[in-house]
Amino acid sequence: MGFRQKPAEFIESRRRPTSYGDILFHWLTVFLLVLFAVVMVTPFIWLLSSSLKTQINIFQYPPQLIPDPIVPENYIYALTYKPFGTYFRNTLIVAGLNVLAVVFTSSFCAYGFARLRFRGRDFWFGIVMATLFLPYAVLLVPSFIVFSRLGWVDTFLPLVVPPFFGGGAFNIFLMRQFFRTIPEEIADAARIDGCSEFGVYWRIMLPLSKPALITIGIFTFLFAWNDLIGPITYLRSPDNFTIAVGLASFRSQTDIHWDLQLAASTAVTLPVIILFFLAQRYFIQGVVMTGLKG
Amino acid sequence: MTAHTADPAAAEGFWLIRQYNRLTLRQRRTLMGYVFIAPFILGFVLWWLGPAAVAGYLTFHKWNFLAAPKFVGMANFSKMLGDPILAQSLKVTIVFSVISVPLGLVFAFFLANLINAKFRFIAIFRTIYFLPSIVPAVANAILWAWLFNTEFGLINFVIRAFGGPKIGWLQDPNWVMLAFVILTVWGVGGSMIIFLAGLQGIPQIFYEAAEIDGAGRWQRLLYVTLPMMSPIIFFNLVIGFINSFQVFVSALLITNGGPQRATLFLVLHIWRTAFSSQKMGYAAVLSWLLFLILMVLSFFVFRYIGSRVYYENPGD
Repeated sequence: MGFRQKPAEFIESRRRPTSYGDILFHWLTVFLLVLFAVVMVTPFIWLLSSSLKTQINIFQYPPQLIPDPIVPENYIYALTYKPFGTYFRNTLIVAGLNVLAVVFTSSFCAYGFARLRFRGRDFWFGIVMATLFLPYAVLLVPSFIVFSRLGWVDTFLPLVVPPFFGGGAFNIFLMRQFFRTIPEEIADAARIDGCSEFGVYWRIMLPLSKPALITIGIFTFLFAWNDLIGPITYLRSPDNFTIAVGLASFRSQTDIHWDLQLAASTAVTLPVIILFFLAQRYFIQGVVMTGLKG
Repeated sequence: MTAHTADPAAAEGFWLIRQYNRLTLRQRRTLMGYVFIAPFILGFVLWWLGPAAVAGYLTFHKWNFLAAPKFVGMANFSKMLGDPILAQSLKVTIVFSVISVPLGLVFAFFLANLINAKFRFIAIFRTIYFLPSIVPAVANAILWAWLFNTEFGLINFVIRAFGGPKIGWLQDPNWVMLAFVILTVWGVGGSMIIFLAGLQGIPQIFYEAAEIDGAGRWQRLLYVTLPMMSPIIFFNLVIGFINSFQVFVSALLITNGGPQRATLFLVLHIWRTAFSSQKMGYAAVLSWLLFLILMVLSFFVFRYIGSRVYYENPGD
């Protein structure tokens, strides 16, 4: 289900002639659509505009919509004030490992839940669903204690190792739902040809699940890119900071430099928006798959 | 299987294969199943049960990370009962949840209906409405802190342009909650898209039938759309409640819990207790408290609201 319109259904053409009420309703809808579009977009415009203002212009009342002068240098100052290059690299390492972990282990577990029948399966799937409804925040303190005992504080390990164990309930659930839509006959045919269960998973299911895998991959990447609470809890030395922690500490150190903070924020948001436009289909699919087919 | 091999390692391997071949088909399937779900089971034991047990142990201890944990019996629990800061943070979290979840739900549903209209440029509107929900949390916090700035923020500029007062959004404990609700509602794009998908999944024929029966626009919404959408409304409600109990980034970065602890959300309180005050035992008790709240809440939501949900294909 993309953003594109569905082809008009033939019923539409058979509808009764439009009344005044319909016309009024139509224009009311258009009005509200535009009104809320303005509400939604304005913060972005304000962000962009403020990020291009001088320190003096930003504290001006009434505010200018189009900055005069336009100061693109803000971006250079903001991104070199702190080693954002290092943060970027760290984030890519964490996010990359997370994506790898989630794509392979969640699909692996999901195959077991979706396609194999065995005693205890429903019990364990019940546990998967239970952890789905328990947020990360509940475990924050207890896991910190465990990871500090393991000596993992101030390394990437607490952020990248756990996903290798199943990749999160949410992704298992999602992959399971997807696998269940693939006809079992294909797998049976492979089994008759002597394919093992691992073979069915690796050679049949994974290639057929590319859209779902890309979807969970993108969402995992986004989560790692955006996550603050995990990195801020575990990462201590600035050399290990991810983008989110770097930006948060940048904010606390440049208290009134709104121009620079907003430039850095724009710079951090931009890759996400670009990713969205490149992979819109998967975004929408991901959001939708989470909500439907309970 | 050739039995006479000299290599002991190979013999070991053969032994395993022989054992495997001895299993019935059903046993083999079970074994296979557990091999596939093993990563999850391991992870559950290591990253859920383990930490939960550690937290259970610490609830009876006082521990600041440096010295050895000291047994204090029920002291952490009695402290919890008479902790005014905890009471405040619970109040903040519950008030926020009760206001923002229904409001966000209604707004998302409303927007979904708007963008379900058939227009030429509707795709652009869908994109615009969805974008706020993907802004990274930290950038989002900075952006909203600036929008709500008392002197130079855009929101006060608009209010003053219409002759309104200058509101201390982030300084006034009475206004700050509304500020958080507004910024949360701005980012409802995710649930909006889920609603949209649900709306598009309702067969057109139901509306046709309702129309033939003389149902107006309002009645079609009430008697076709809402019942058909109830599983999705319920899903978004549950997700919304869970998310509302997890507010952290905006509370930390926009107001740092203030003014006068008016945004000291529970997760922020737990985080500070553990990592600023180094009271690990008490933080463990608070984590258990959060767990219990969510469990009880889920129970009531599923019991009293979930039972009213209409499923077209039950048991699917």
